[in-house]
Amino acid sequence: MTGFILRRLAQTVVVIALLSFFCYFLMTLMPGDPIDEMIAANPNMTAEDAQRLRELHGLDQPVHKRYWNWVTMIAGGDLGYSRTYRVPVSEILGRSLLNTSLLAGAALVLSLLVAIPLGVWAALRKGSRVDYFVNLFAFAGISVPSFWIAIVLILLFAVYIPIFPAGGTTSIDFGMTPGEALVDRARHLVLPVLSLSFLSIGTFVRYTRAAMIDAMSNDYIRTARAKGLSWDRVLIVHGFRNALIPLITIVTLSFSTLFSGAIITETVFAYDGVGRLVFLSIQRNDFNVAMVAFMISVSWVLLMNFAADLLYGLADPRITYS
Amino acid sequence: MTETVVSVRELQTTFHTRAGPVRAVDGISYDIAKGRTLGIVGESGCGKSVTSYSVMRLIEPPGEITGGSVLLDGEDLLSLPEERMQDYRGSRVAMIFQEPMTALNPVLTIGYQMDEQIVRHMGLTRRQSRERALEMLELVGIPAPRERYASYPHQLSGGMRQRAMIAMALSCEPDFLIADEPTTALDVTIQGQILELIQKLQERLHMAVQFITHDLGVISEIADDVLVMYAGTACEKAPTHRLMDAPRHPYTVALLQSIPRIGRREPRLPAIGGTVPTLHELPAGCPFQNRCPRVVDRCRAERPAMTAIAEGHELACFNPVEDR
Ligand SMILES: Nc1ncnc2c1ncn2[C@@H]1O[C@H](COP(=O)(O)OP(=O)(O)OP(=O)(O)O)[C@@H](O)[C@H]1O
Ligand code: SF4
Ligand SMILES: [Mg+2]
Repeated sequence: MTGFILRRLAQTVVVIALLSFFCYFLMTLMPGDPIDEMIAANPNMTAEDAQRLRELHGLDQPVHKRYWNWVTMIAGGDLGYSRTYRVPVSEILGRSLLNTSLLAGAALVLSLLVAIPLGVWAALRKGSRVDYFVNLFAFAGISVPSFWIAIVLILLFAVYIPIFPAGGTTSIDFGMTPGEALVDRARHLVLPVLSLSFLSIGTFVRYTRAAMIDAMSNDYIRTARAKGLSWDRVLIVHGFRNALIPLITIVTLSFSTLFSGAIITETVFAYDGVGRLVFLSIQRNDFNVAMVAFMISVSWVLLMNFAADLLYGLADPRITYS
Repeated sequence: MTETVVSVRELQTTFHTRAGPVRAVDGISYDIAKGRTLGIVGESGCGKSVTSYSVMRLIEPPGEITGGSVLLDGEDLLSLPEERMQDYRGSRVAMIFQEPMTALNPVLTIGYQMDEQIVRHMGLTRRQSRERALEMLELVGIPAPRERYASYPHQLSGGMRQRAMIAMALSCEPDFLIADEPTTALDVTIQGQILELIQKLQERLHMAVQFITHDLGVISEIADDVLVMYAGTACEKAPTHRLMDAPRHPYTVALLQSIPRIGRREPRLPAIGGTVPTLHELPAGCPFQNRCPRVVDRCRAERPAMTAIAEGHELACFNPVEDR
């Protein structure tokens, strides 16, 4: 078990290192560099100035040297400086990470709360009208693009029936009590969370339904009934407990796609999260921010894969790590 | 002195399929007395399992019990409310299954699966229930019961799993045990041990046992009486020795000629041409007519009913084999 964990961790580190170089390389392929941005912003800058600045920032060096400089900087605990925000990367990143975690976490909890009962319900009434409508709903969730859902939600609940803000993370108002600020924050979360949940609800419903139908068709369900256990117990302890095994993997893995899904949602709702940060910093050639944010996303995905493997083993005693 | 524990009357179970209703069990009747064993034999698909599930009321849609009664100590199980039936399942009527691997929940320990039943029916605490479970594991001859109690099903061999299954089924001392081909999936040597175990426990608990198999060799070892089924209906019912020595129904005769031995999983029926008709296309009259060497005109027009021809011997045939 410990051996397995260590081996997986080592693997993860290697993958992260390779991906970081690849990503760094891709960024240098993008047209323009930060100095071009400065030139655009400052018409008085001469070509010589620009060349000097490039040398100053090491931008004239070959890719592998620049990458190595960046790695040693990161390893030293310095995440670099954001040229567009004019603050250290760590400062903006912490806040947007928190915001995204809040958004993705709330969306995950909501999706599970809605999808699992729906999926189980549909599974128990397989082939009925209920099953049909739940499936239809799930397919809609999977196939409708998330920006479209976001726009519909904004139109419905921010424009026609203006009960929620159309975007942003908080209202600009300095006179709020802590309680009011909390409510304000929550109100800004509602539409992004709904829009982000839609896709994962669809996915989770489909998987829950399939896993539950599969579990309930097993012989041990009949044994459990033959023992005189109550229907609830048969359903939860014997049926759902087994359906949980495939579900754990799906849910853990989807936690990483929630993060990438957040890019679109955050952009549409102008929500101050990592996804939007990555989007904007790539647009503005803000390498340092983009790289760190990207590395966090990658590590997160890999970490969730790792967690999925471990949890899978915990849920299923037949799995052994060797 | 025979004290009837179970009395099944004209049991009928129908599956509502796309192609129309299918009578998987049609008019089966039998009694089993305390401490006695009824063997039920018949080819695959003749309705042995459906009969058992019907008695336990474990039939699920599209299946439905459409007629008859199942009396346990005089009380009709088929008219009980479901909650009441749940009180009886696992405590008064218990069942063991063919495949101990798939019949046990793979993610729960043997101990947990035993405890949940014991706690449910005997009103014991978890600690007391553990004692009871260990006692049962010991009784069915599982070595190192304490370790096995904490084991998962996949950590046990097939024979040990079936022993655990038996320990679980008998943990609440049922009056009636249904064993649905409990040895079919096991090695020959293990089969014999499991049969002995069931017999030993039956003597100890004075249970009525319904033992299902398609192996006549097994039947002759364990059953007091035998019911032969064909396509959901009863053909012949008699005390075991009588059925073995003087079978009257043409199907029983053919079944016996297939020379079954312990260890053969499927009886071969060289004496019977043709195959079992699917239940959809059952002919009017005797269900066996298409394969019967003794068929007469009346067989095609009318369905033979079970009729007593001697003490404990019943037969459903218009042209039975001569009594030798
Ligand atoms: N879910 C179902 N839907 C439709 N028909 C069914 C269903 N389950 C059972 N049947 C019908 O009931 C018949 C009897 O099945 P059953 O399982 O009782 O046979 P069996 O005698 O136990 O056979 P085996 O020796 O293979 O276990 C089958 O041939 C089938 O036609
Ligand atoms: S009733 Fe007729 S067809 Fe049926 S078993 Fe007897 S002789 Fe054969
Ligand atoms: Mg069967």
